[in-house]
Amino acid sequence: MSNIPADLRYAKSHEWLKPEGDGTVTIGITDYAQNSLGDITYVQLPKIGATLKAGETFGVVESVKAASDLYAPVGGTVVATNAALDSAPETVNRAPYTEGWMLKVKPADAAAAGALLDAGAYGKLVG
Amino acid sequence: MSELKRTPLRDFHAKHGGRLVDFAGWEMPVQYRSILEEHKAVRRSAGLFDVSHMGEVDVRGPDAARFLNHLVTNDVAKLFPGRVLYSPMCYPTGGVVDDLLVYRRGAEDFFLCINAGNIDKDLAWIREQAAQFNVTITDRSADYALLAVQGPRAAEIVQSLTGAKLGLVKYYHFMEATVAGVHCLASRTGYTGEDGFELYHAAGDAVTLAEALLAAGQSRGLELAGLGARDSLRLEAGYPLYGHEITAEISPLTAGLGWTVKLDKGADFIGRAALVAEKQNGASHRVVFFKTGDRRIVRAETPVLDAGGATVGRVVSGTLSPILNEAIGSALVTTAAAPSTGAGQAAQALAVDIRGTKLNLQLVKPPFVELKKSSA
Repeated sequence: MSNIPADLRYAKSHEWLKPEGDGTVTIGITDYAQNSLGDITYVQLPKIGATLKAGETFGVVESVKAASDLYAPVGGTVVATNAALDSAPETVNRAPYTEGWMLKVKPADAAAAGALLDAGAYGKLVG
Repeated sequence: MSELKRTPLRDFHAKHGGRLVDFAGWEMPVQYRSILEEHKAVRRSAGLFDVSHMGEVDVRGPDAARFLNHLVTNDVAKLFPGRVLYSPMCYPTGGVVDDLLVYRRGAEDFFLCINAGNIDKDLAWIREQAAQFNVTITDRSADYALLAVQGPRAAEIVQSLTGAKLGLVKYYHFMEATVAGVHCLASRTGYTGEDGFELYHAAGDAVTLAEALLAAGQSRGLELAGLGARDSLRLEAGYPLYGHEITAEISPLTAGLGWTVKLDKGADFIGRAALVAEKQNGASHRVVFFKTGDRRIVRAETPVLDAGGATVGRVVSGTLSPILNEAIGSALVTTAAAPSTGAGQAAQALAVDIRGTKLNLQLVKPPFVELKKSSA
């Protein structure tokens, strides 16, 4: 069974989003996504300052099996990226919700996260 | 979806956390824990692979040796009982029907191991070619299970379960042995580049043998390994995989397997004329192995570009080397773009485009990593 933390919001494309309380959100991929991908070998992320549009690709996650696009759960500006994933992309497999985070974003619309799935709805999607 | 075939170890895999996928019509474990970790376990200690999907064929009769020497490109006449030979089997065009292992059990008694995805095609081909020979061809694929124990500690692990003197079995030799109470043909061969054994045994004994090997191996660092690790290990070792480096269109000479093509073995064989012509005239393409210095995997079918950006070939296999931590692969390219490296023949700069990033290919003569397999 996938781990689906109750305090996060989820996109149907299997990214999670965590409101940080300072006006930014942290984004990564779910446990279900990392498990489906298998061994993650490369994570390609946008540069700090890049503008994301909700629902559009912001990067690529590669596993031994395949390369998959990453989709922005909300629009906004990238304020930080997880540089540790360059040399240790397998961190996403090991800790998808913590050390395996990918981006911190300042959303264009502060309320946008509210439109995403809650843990219960995401659990039904991947159940 | 049509029904997937299962090996006798299907439930063993499920019980041990194997992720089962469709591989050439077989429900097989692609991985248990992690492809990368399983790969490293094989290079460091040992891995246990179920390769029971492979096909086995008995070839027996007064003409068996002469027939096989006609069928395959390597020299079966030099094979004496107890030895194993790797060989391609070609079409008259020089393209490859399959690559296989030939075991000689006696003067008129041989045993072939063929690729799972090619069993039906190979049997039809072999039977058709055998029409003029006094031989009996028997498909034994359903009778046998096959477990591969591979890695620097593999021999020690198998030895702990048998009284047979496995140390007497050199690389590419085999013996009959009872391992964990199971009668086996113990073959010192493998597809990982490491030392190890491939144990052919009755399908009904597979679970007993697999559990015994796992129990004996775990304290020695053995891990269950799936087909994902098997593929990355073989590519790191520079071994061909049918359908990738060798196909009906890619001859063994093009694939760099010239050492398996014995044009002067004193017997005509299927494909010989085409392979002689290819050798004399030079092949239009060749298979090269490469690394990139980057972690992005260069996947099969990616176009290979020359310095001017023109397509001069395509990638046929690609993965991440878990040992080198960079992408490795093989590609079929024009000989004009990648002449075999001789004096004064520097290969042109070859590159691939991965999502808009140009990565240069550094040509490598495999293996990509130092291998410690026992010498042939």
